[in-house]
Amino acid sequence: MKQIQLRQVSKSFGDVEVIPPLDLEIEDGEFVVFVGPSGCGKSTLLRLIAGLEDVTSGQVLIDGADATAIPPARRGLAMVFQSYALYPHMSVRRNIAFPLRMAGLDRAEQERRVDEAAKVLNLTEYLDRRPGQLSGGQRQRVAIGRAIVREPTAFLFDEPLSNLDAALRVGMRLEISELHKRLSTTMIYVTHDQVEAMTMADKIVVLQHGVIEQVGSPLELYRAPRNTFVAGFIGSPRMNLLEGAEAARHKAHTIGIRPEHIAISTRKGDWQGVVGVSEHLGSDTFFHINCPDFAAPLTVRADGELDLSYGSTVFLTPDLAHLHRFDDNGLRLT
Amino acid sequence: MARATTIRQKTITTIIAWTVAMVIFFPILWIVVLSFKSEGDAISTPMRVLTSAWTFDSYAVVQDRSDYFKHFFNSVIVAVGSTLLGILVAVPAAWSMAFVPSQRTRGILMWMLSTKMLPAVGVLYPIYLLFIELGLLDSRTGLVIVLMLINLPIIVWMLYTYFREIPAEILEAARMDGAGMRAELLYVLTPMAIPGIASTMLLNIILAWNEAFWTLNLTAAKAAPLTAFIASYSSPEGLFYAKLSAASVMAIAPILVMGWFSQKQLVRGLTFGAVK
Repeated sequence: MKQIQLRQVSKSFGDVEVIPPLDLEIEDGEFVVFVGPSGCGKSTLLRLIAGLEDVTSGQVLIDGADATAIPPARRGLAMVFQSYALYPHMSVRRNIAFPLRMAGLDRAEQERRVDEAAKVLNLTEYLDRRPGQLSGGQRQRVAIGRAIVREPTAFLFDEPLSNLDAALRVGMRLEISELHKRLSTTMIYVTHDQVEAMTMADKIVVLQHGVIEQVGSPLELYRAPRNTFVAGFIGSPRMNLLEGAEAARHKAHTIGIRPEHIAISTRKGDWQGVVGVSEHLGSDTFFHINCPDFAAPLTVRADGELDLSYGSTVFLTPDLAHLHRFDDNGLRLT
Repeated sequence: MARATTIRQKTITTIIAWTVAMVIFFPILWIVVLSFKSEGDAISTPMRVLTSAWTFDSYAVVQDRSDYFKHFFNSVIVAVGSTLLGILVAVPAAWSMAFVPSQRTRGILMWMLSTKMLPAVGVLYPIYLLFIELGLLDSRTGLVIVLMLINLPIIVWMLYTYFREIPAEILEAARMDGAGMRAELLYVLTPMAIPGIASTMLLNIILAWNEAFWTLNLTAAKAAPLTAFIASYSSPEGLFYAKLSAASVMAIAPILVMGWFSQKQLVRGLTFGAVK
């Protein structure tokens, strides 16, 4: 079932069109991630779905009904903000109960649902504290608690993890994924971090300048990026994109090869280069190789144990089965 | 030597500060002293003020001759009433300007402020006529309305500045949580802006309490607040200094006490946003 549909939705601020008309369909229970560089319009798109911004033209359909003119309070969606946006003057308990209070639920039912959410999110012992007395991770949990108690049609997350430190971010990422598995409610998640997108999403929507570049599952995007932008954006470290004679040899304007699809050898290979900076992660090592044939250095993934000294000569062999070819408009060639 | 200079500078600035403070405070001190003297001692030359006997006579006469408490209650009703009414009008106004600004918001704010630059006497005649027409002359209702209107630009401006400090995302969160505009204002914005609203109210009560032009011109007997009470003791010949002083002390004492106790809140409110 199509739960949220955008039909020719566009948004302009004054004369500046940040989102040209676009169509998008989100299925019931899907975990959809909007990803793109900052300023690509992903947050604006989320706010259009939420109703916090008015669409300039087009329609937003929720559960098949036109919601374009419905105020955010009555769209049945819950949102988690980057800044958490907790009510500083209310205790954690009253923060989480606020949407229930607004919905006019009776006291006992409010209590029951708040306690339940607090248990799920490990917040029980903090219920009587104020948001100011909590750590970043706890605040984020309260914000999620406030979103889940009212059992919304869909959850909207606006870069919810960007204010957390790296370790906490990985933990919360798992918690949100788990929450999705348990509730199987539709979730729309905005991030600029492609790792979050790859790890959490059922479906990724890659945006650039307000335009949807590609929609697909993480592996679809990884295996068959529709253009050079998606190719460069999805995957970490990013795909090597090469132009010139080597690309022409493969009958393309640009060819792309991921760091994990290049074999490195000290004896023989297709391309010769010199080792530049190497990054040791333990499990893997990423070498930046300067090849005289290419303008930019190539990134190559190798075994963590491999140690090559700076300036030594190496040979690289791309795995042709994983070579991506693009035309002069940057579009994928099949 | 740096240290020596610092001490000398400190001494000089301290002396200057005390001098300025005493010059400003002296008239008030003098009024308080005169209010406890007999009329004769108050105007005597050479001055016998500090050596003569202290007395409560002036206070007794003032209370006897004119009903202090009637004027006091009028002042309270007018000051508090106009403030509450002003807040009621200004909160939604400041909310819309702070969170849903349009291209003209800036202009409207400046225009509102510019009305404060108009000499009040310029509109005295039309307002006086309106008051006669509406039967509001010498009524507390009329005064509450006029004082609310003249202070409204200040209230809106102050609240606007406080509201701007509140992150818009919190209000958006309330909207997502199902709060309509009324609930958003009542349960989220107002409680968060309490310090700002409190200092706005304090300042406005003080302004309304001290307002003399409109209160003197639009009242006679029934609705006359403390400003009119003081004015009734001033005479062109200036022969009743002691009674005038006693009346003045009685009129300014309540607001002085309130200001004293709330000065921390006032300063905090007025520097809101400046120190964050």
